[in-house]
Order: sequence, then structure tokens, then C-alpha cells
Amino acid sequence: MSETLASTAGPPVSFNLNHFPDVPQTLEEARRDAYARPVESIDVANPKLFHHDVIGPYFERLRREDPVHLFDSPMYGRYWSITRYADIMAVDTNHKQFSSEASLGGITLFGNGQDRAPLPMFIAMDPPKHDVQRRTVQPMVSPGNLKTLEPLIRERAAAILDALPIGVEFDWVDKVSMELTAMTLATLFDFPQEHRRKLTRWSDVATAVPGGGVIDRPEQWVEEMGECFTTFQKLWHERAAREPGNDLVSMLAHGPDTRNMPPFEFQGNVILLIVGGNDTTRNTITGSVLALNQNPDQYDRLRAHPELIPGMVSETIRWQTPLAHMRRTAIEDVEFRGKQIRKGDKVIMWYISGNRDAGMIDDPERYLIDRERPRQHISFGYGIHRCVGNRLAELQLQIIWEEILKRFPVIEVTGEPDRVYSTFVRGYRSLTVRIPRHSSCGAGFPAGFPSVTAGLFGSQAKA
Amino acid sequence: MGRVHYIAHDGTRHAIELADGTTLMEGAVANGIPGIDGDCGGCAACGTCHVHVDPAWLDAVGPATDVEQDMLQFADGAAADSRLSCQIRMRADLDGLIVHLPESQH
Repeated sequence: MSETLASTAGPPVSFNLNHFPDVPQTLEEARRDAYARPVESIDVANPKLFHHDVIGPYFERLRREDPVHLFDSPMYGRYWSITRYADIMAVDTNHKQFSSEASLGGITLFGNGQDRAPLPMFIAMDPPKHDVQRRTVQPMVSPGNLKTLEPLIRERAAAILDALPIGVEFDWVDKVSMELTAMTLATLFDFPQEHRRKLTRWSDVATAVPGGGVIDRPEQWVEEMGECFTTFQKLWHERAAREPGNDLVSMLAHGPDTRNMPPFEFQGNVILLIVGGNDTTRNTITGSVLALNQNPDQYDRLRAHPELIPGMVSETIRWQTPLAHMRRTAIEDVEFRGKQIRKGDKVIMWYISGNRDAGMIDDPERYLIDRERPRQHISFGYGIHRCVGNRLAELQLQIIWEEILKRFPVIEVTGEPDRVYSTFVRGYRSLTVRIPRHSSCGAGFPAGFPSVTAGLFGSQAKA
Repeated sequence: MGRVHYIAHDGTRHAIELADGTTLMEGAVANGIPGIDGDCGGCAACGTCHVHVDPAWLDAVGPATDVEQDMLQFADGAAADSRLSCQIRMRADLDGLIVHLPESQH
């Protein structure tokens, strides 16, 4: 068997969705339940609450009554929930007391005390190792490189949209969100475009729990991720033998701080870049269509004012919060907001809750595309682990919406979204939509539609 | 109260008066000066208010703190003259300060 992480990492074999209690099916019932039960009995780390999208009221009560909340979960063990925006930022920026280190448990609810080890990857490292590995891949998302990528992404977005069926239902996730992000990710890895959907599959499997609709058994994770690791290990050897190239595999294979990294670490970083570079943007693209359909007044405003696209993109990133949490491990006893966090405790920063904190964001439950400070959300995290690809994510979202508005006044959501079973990835497996036939041409925006993206690149990039 | 000159990457100049104690990031955001984002609101936690301090003002402004360095190490084009403008507060001896903005806040 080739040397891979797949046999030692992944979701715990003991993980079983049936161990989690059933949850209310509607938001109204969830609100009643959240406020009727003793606050100390609230367990927000139940994937079913996320699958049914009824988590909101539970976090609302915690923010109000017990913002730093301890619970002993049957599946995850003892964990702290940090639910207010300012407290999340305080933990996120305090890497000296709150570690990301994989060997201590890494960056998600899983880890330590479980039967599988978290993957070593730079997001799950502390300084100084984190810093040098992150700096190795950072040039991929430099302003200069994003300028190079921009026309390529635009051309692909246009081709994807021009090929969409008109007047019939289709799955937006499959035909648009996955396609665009998989193409971009394949370019970043210099991965064969014809196999790009393997990247999508691997990113889904990487964060999947058995029984959640992506994989059925823990062994399936081992098999599928094994193929991923073997494939990338081969690419590593190919790229290492060639001159340094401008792709992520080559950057890692040639970077002075990464070229001698153990295969396990390379594989961990591959997972990080696949999930970070794919799931998050994909689910936010899908979320943007859903949010605008649920808020038709905002959709109208966007159509009338395409210059609001950048604000809409940031607001969607807040509203969606594509990664619901990040986890840290206390490396010493810490008194935090009157609570005694013990050395070794899991500390969960619930970004999804911080983004609904009325103490920081006005009217946080509303989706408003023209907020005064739209970038002031916590979806990218803060501190040294702040999302490295945040500008690339925004760029893809801006481009797809610029191209959508040139073509289709309406994308109509016609079914309920199918959400993933995860307390980590806040995403969609499918979203059924229809583009009405009459809107396919003639009603779009006139030629000379301004490129709002120009703002991203400063004033020299005039549309 | 003191005057600050922000020079954009393309050479465009903006000058504003800042009250003592106000940060350069707050001043830029409140006055709509493009090129400074300040996503985290002034906590040295996002690295999107990066500026290069003009050589003539480096001594007066002083070097970046460790917390700033944590973020600046990932900022595009960061150099020895880099600071996070949310950590520079106006005071009497900074009247006339000149800072240069990077191409973008990545």
C-alpha cells in the first residue's frame, strides 16, 4: 500500500449520525425548543441542526445568556462554544494560548480522544511552521496573479452560463457552482481539466461524515481519499523533477520551506487547498442565488444597481458563512469572560453565530446588499489563519454575478435546497432552479455594463 | 489634530485632518479614502490596512509591533517600512505624516 494518510485520518470510525438526537424541523419549533430547555443542555454541535437549517435560535440564546458555553457531547466530548463576534476575534487572534496544531486536535470539532488523527496542514499548525508554509503558497493569490486569472475565470463563467438550459429546471450546484470552482481549482493545481470533477468529489469526501449522503461507510473515506493522495503524490514527483512552475503543487514541491515536507504533510495541505479552494466558494455561489430569491427586494436592487455586486458578494459571504466553525485547543488554563477554560479543552469559534451578532452587525438576520461596512464579517476568520484565498473567492463571485446580470434578469429557485450534514461545511448538495424562457435575451444590461471588478484592482484597472 | 497624506499606488494624493488618538485606518475609512479596507475594525487582525511609511517619517512613527508583524508577513509587498494603519494613532509629532498605499490590500 502506498504511503498515504488515508488509512489513519478521516472521520472517526465510531461516528454515527444516529447518536445525535432528532431536531425540530422548522425554525418556529426550533425557537420554542431553544428557549424552553435549560441553557446548559444546548448542544449546537449536532449536524442535524445544520442539515435542517434550524441552528439559528440556539446560537441566539447562547449569545444572549451564555456566550462562552460548555457542553459535553456524546460524539465530540467536552467543548466550549464561543458565540459572540468580539469573543471569536479574541480567540482567533490569540494563537499563543489557543493552538491550531493538528496533533492537539486541529481545527475542527473532531480530534483528540477520537480514533483518527487530524491531518497535518498549514491551517492546523502554529507559528513558525504555519507561517513559512502559508507564505509558500500565498503568491498564488497575489494581486498580480489574480489579475492574470480574472479573464480566464470570466471566459469560463460566460461559457458555463451560455450553456445553461432555458425554461427547464436544473441543479445550480452541479451546473454552475461546482463547474466554475472546479475549473479554477484545476488551474491552481495545474490539474487536468477533464478530471476536474474529481477535485470536487474529493473536497466533498474530505469533510464528509458517514451516512450524511456523500459517503456511507468510514472505509469509503479511506478508499476515495487514498486515490486523491496517490494522484497528488504522483503530481508532486512529476513537478519536483521539472523546473519550478506557477501551480500549487510545484510551489510546494520546490519551495525551500516545503520541498522536504513528509508526504503526510503534503497530503494534508492538498486537502486544505482543495476544500478551502472549492467548497467554500461553491457554496457561497449557490447561497447567493438562494439569498436573492428569499429577498426579492434585494434582487431587484441588484438588477437596478449592478455596482452593488461587491457589497452583495460580501453580504452573501456573511449570510452563508460557508465554514460554520473553526476550532482551537487551549494550550494552558485560560480565564475567558469569567469561564475557566482548561488546558487541552476544545474551543469552538462559531463564525456562523458571530455573523449574526447584533452587538456587531446591525439587523444581522436581514440580508442587505448595501451595508455600510459589508466586509466587516467574520467568515474569513481573523489573525494569522485568516482565509488566504479570500480575494480569489470574492473575485469568482463577482465575475459570475457580473456575467449573470448581463444575461438573465431572473434565476428562479424552484425547490428546497438540499443541505449537507455538517457542523463545519455549511453547504448545499443541490439547488433546483429555472431560468424563465422570456428572460433569456433582450432584457439584460446594455453594452458597456461596467466591470465592477475594476475596484478590486485599484484605479488603474479601468473598465 | 494633525494632517496625514495618503498617497495611492497610482500617485493620487489625499490629505485629511485627524484628531489626536484617531488611527490612520479610521481616518481613511471615515473619509472614503480608497485603498484601505480595515475589515477587522482596527484590531490588527486582518492585514487590510497595510501602508508603507514615507522614509522621512519612519523614525517618528516607529516600527511595527509583533502583533502587526504577524499579519504583515502575509501582506503583499510588505517591507521594512510597512505598518498596519490601524495601529498608528495621530499625535502632535505626526502632523504632516505621509504614508504610501500598496497596490491592493491582500
